Amino acid sequence: MRIGIPKEPYPDQPLVAGSPDTVKKLIKLGYDVCVEHAAGVGASYFDDQYAEAGAEMVDKVQAWGADIVFCMDTPTDDELRLMRRGAVLVARMNPGANPADVEKFEEMGITALAMDMVPRISRAQALDVRSSMQNIAGYRAVIEAAESFGRLFTGQVTAAGKMPPAKLYVIGVGVAGLAAIGAAGSMGAVVSATDVRPEVADQVESLGGTFVEIPVRQESSDGYAKEMSDDEQARVLEVYRDEAARNDIVITTAQIPGRPSPLLLTEEAVLGMKPGSVIIDLGASEAGSNCALTVPGEVVTTENGVTIVGHSLTSMPAHLPGQASQLYGQNLVNFMKLCTPGKDGELVLDEDDEVVRGVTVTLDGEGMWPPPPVQVSAAPKQTPAAAEAAGEPEEKKEKGFFAKHWWKALAAILGIVLVVAAPASMQGHFIVFMLAIVVGFYVIGGVSHSLHTPLMSVTNAISGIIIVGAILQIGSADPIIQVLSFIAMVIASINIFGGFLVTRRMLKMFEGSSE
Amino acid sequence: MANDFISNPAILDGFTRFQSVAYILAALLFILALAGLSKQKSAKMGNNWGILGMIIALVATLSIGVVAYAHDPMLAIGLMIGAIVVGGAIGIFKAVRVKMTAMPELVAMLHSFVGAAAVLVGINSFLADPGNGTYDNAFHMGEVGLAVFIGAVTLTGSIVAWLKLSAKISGKPLTIPGRNAVNLVMVLACIAMIAWFVNTRGVEGGTVPLAVLTVVSLVLGAHLVLAIGGGDMPVVVSMLNSYSGWAAAMAGFTLGNDLLIITGSLVGSSGAFLSNIMCKGMNRSFVSVILGGFGGDAPKKGGAAEHDYGTHTEVTPAEVAELLRESKRVVVTPGYGMAVAQAQFPVADLTRKLIDMGVEVQFGIHPVAGRMPGHMNVLLAEAKVPYESVFEMDEINDEFGDVDVALVIGANDTVNPAAETEPDSPIAGMPVLRVWDAGKVIVSKRSMGNAGYAGVQNPLFFNDNTDMMLGDAKESVEAIIAAL
Repeated sequence: MRIGIPKEPYPDQPLVAGSPDTVKKLIKLGYDVCVEHAAGVGASYFDDQYAEAGAEMVDKVQAWGADIVFCMDTPTDDELRLMRRGAVLVARMNPGANPADVEKFEEMGITALAMDMVPRISRAQALDVRSSMQNIAGYRAVIEAAESFGRLFTGQVTAAGKMPPAKLYVIGVGVAGLAAIGAAGSMGAVVSATDVRPEVADQVESLGGTFVEIPVRQESSDGYAKEMSDDEQARVLEVYRDEAARNDIVITTAQIPGRPSPLLLTEEAVLGMKPGSVIIDLGASEAGSNCALTVPGEVVTTENGVTIVGHSLTSMPAHLPGQASQLYGQNLVNFMKLCTPGKDGELVLDEDDEVVRGVTVTLDGEGMWPPPPVQVSAAPKQTPAAAEAAGEPEEKKEKGFFAKHWWKALAAILGIVLVVAAPASMQGHFIVFMLAIVVGFYVIGGVSHSLHTPLMSVTNAISGIIIVGAILQIGSADPIIQVLSFIAMVIASINIFGGFLVTRRMLKMFEGSSE
Repeated sequence: MANDFISNPAILDGFTRFQSVAYILAALLFILALAGLSKQKSAKMGNNWGILGMIIALVATLSIGVVAYAHDPMLAIGLMIGAIVVGGAIGIFKAVRVKMTAMPELVAMLHSFVGAAAVLVGINSFLADPGNGTYDNAFHMGEVGLAVFIGAVTLTGSIVAWLKLSAKISGKPLTIPGRNAVNLVMVLACIAMIAWFVNTRGVEGGTVPLAVLTVVSLVLGAHLVLAIGGGDMPVVVSMLNSYSGWAAAMAGFTLGNDLLIITGSLVGSSGAFLSNIMCKGMNRSFVSVILGGFGGDAPKKGGAAEHDYGTHTEVTPAEVAELLRESKRVVVTPGYGMAVAQAQFPVADLTRKLIDMGVEVQFGIHPVAGRMPGHMNVLLAEAKVPYESVFEMDEINDEFGDVDVALVIGANDTVNPAAETEPDSPIAGMPVLRVWDAGKVIVSKRSMGNAGYAGVQNPLFFNDNTDMMLGDAKESVEAIIAAL
């Protein structure tokens, strides 16, 4: 089959849905590939590079008339008209927000595959365009912030005085947020971050950021954060406001698929920020932005000197067109790999596969949207039984302290009874016993892993001290006792000699190996 | 009580004071020994402190227990020297002859000796001072009962562990129905026996309950360890180490001897600490290991074992040699299979050869690899693998992404990705070495048939970037060296 890669119809879209590299890979899968003249110029990929990779250079009509058309976003009606009935359109479509487009696809009798609807399961990571675009959007957000911020990111002490490090705060730790944390951290900024999902704290810390807790917790079943209630909302906004005032740069990344972006920074919060601060609003959109004062697509400065950059998650990749096109193209290659089991250039859409089903908006003109929900492995548990199990620990905690610690209490009571009841001659032994136990715990506290075996054999030798008991008894006049203690002494001395000697042997080896 | 040998009370008093000083010194030296053994640098000195402590303890005990109080001092000294010579000879013989791969067996066997000695000392305490109805005596009898109980459990538990480790019996857990109930009944029976024993009068009266107690405890110890799978042996060995300490401490209570109490508790609590480290390494609770049955349940849990992971690809040693030659960084993750095949020497040779060729070679050691704590470290040290190139799991686990080749030699459960990806897997949640992040994974394994000790299949073997090198680990590694 023939894949067409046309020039993007929107003037402000420099990206292209395939690079020379990905074209080569598509040809390897058995497809013929045609690329519209000058399709890749915006991303610095030129026609001769595509031709060299094996693509046929064609005009607009031919490119849109291919069996399968790759583009970035749903094209305008002008281009759709050029598509054949029964052809396949692969692009970002956001079908949830654009029901009119879905109807159009149905009328046209085409197969529409929305690459922004790849389910968030680990198997599908390689073809998730949102994930790859957000990654570079997060990186670029930091670069934009650095440009607008009138200071350095790294703290320095110089002859001319001390420069403080930039303090950067990320709201929403998804793919973009994590990329931003990583990039900002490597530039020397002090990074903190917040997310409504407390489980991402580890990820933030792994990138060198500090996680700022917020008073609301939620878990998501589809890998994306959800909207919250008004009351929760108000409490969370306070945290954002305080953190914004404390930091120099705030990057917001919250987007909810098919809905306006949530408001994270109110006007009050922006006015509370220091002059010279920067807000990068990756959630910017016409329907609603993360920051109340954002102008989508533009860079504005408020009265109090705060710069707000309104480039969104979707428009930010346009600032890195070469890399973004390559990544997008590779995502599509990975998708085609999944759908070309024979590597023979024949597209096979297996609608039982949850990944394929997830992206299918229409199939030969038949409406398939929306797909049945897919559960994501990153979210807690799937089955009802497991969900119950997840609920259980909480209950256990409720009923409690006693259930968990009863045996400790019992042991303490038994211990007290024992000490009180014991004959006077024994009292001194108890304290010795207790102290020795504690010492035993602490003295080997930092034992290094490689020494576990030698430590064990030395304690083994030392526990041969039981021989002392046998020696004390050998003096008895009773021949039975003499015989028994003789045997005990023999085996205890096997222990003592064997244990110390074998430890010595092992330690000698360790010594040899460390030279 | 003092004999005719020394009848002057002043001299006797001197002996007692000497003993006190000696015991304090010995206890201090034992603490130093354990502290020394927890750091590589001070380990050897630690061992010497332990030996010195033991000598002081023996001399002091000899002076007070034998010279001052023995019924017939000459006979007692003769017996003691005879016993130490015989036991010492056996111990030295064993220690010199043991192969490093058989270290777990030796340690398990030595534990059983402490258990046996504790039982004998306990019985002796009873014979020397049987029940007489006084309050103090009742306490003494209770201590004797406890000492015998712990000693007997340690004795048979260690013997079974030794049998399992030396493959004289199967490592599979014995899971008789209601085994926990059976254990509980046995424990209750032991408590009942001790209660009876405490209330007896004279040697005749106490013999029956003591005998029953001993037998039931012996059965209990054997059954406890029989129910634990071979894969959990590192925990069992260190647990028995702990038990043997508690047995000695109990003997100390019966004899009113502080040195025994101190030393026994030191060993007991440090052993418990070590067991806890082991359990954390497997993400299991101590109780779940002790209750046993792990691994035997795997087929019942189904799913994981019968899961179809596709097919594996095989590779020859010559191809592996080629691959290693071209790599920049190789991480070797050994497991019990390396010990079984005695492959540590060829592995070390291979390492040296690769380092000479400019390849960076490191070792990643899982905390529970092998059959006793630190087993792999001992084997690698024996083969003179440089200590600096051996890393713990936590140190190396995040770096597999930068590794060209991960060479898995005889490890299975410790490199099983199912622990992270399959929530219903019996090993779910156990920390594992993430070898699959490496560019290429080569697994040296005897055959595809046998699963690891947890009895679960390993999806790693079927990954696209995994190749299987089937056959004896030692021969395979030697073949790689030849091909290089």
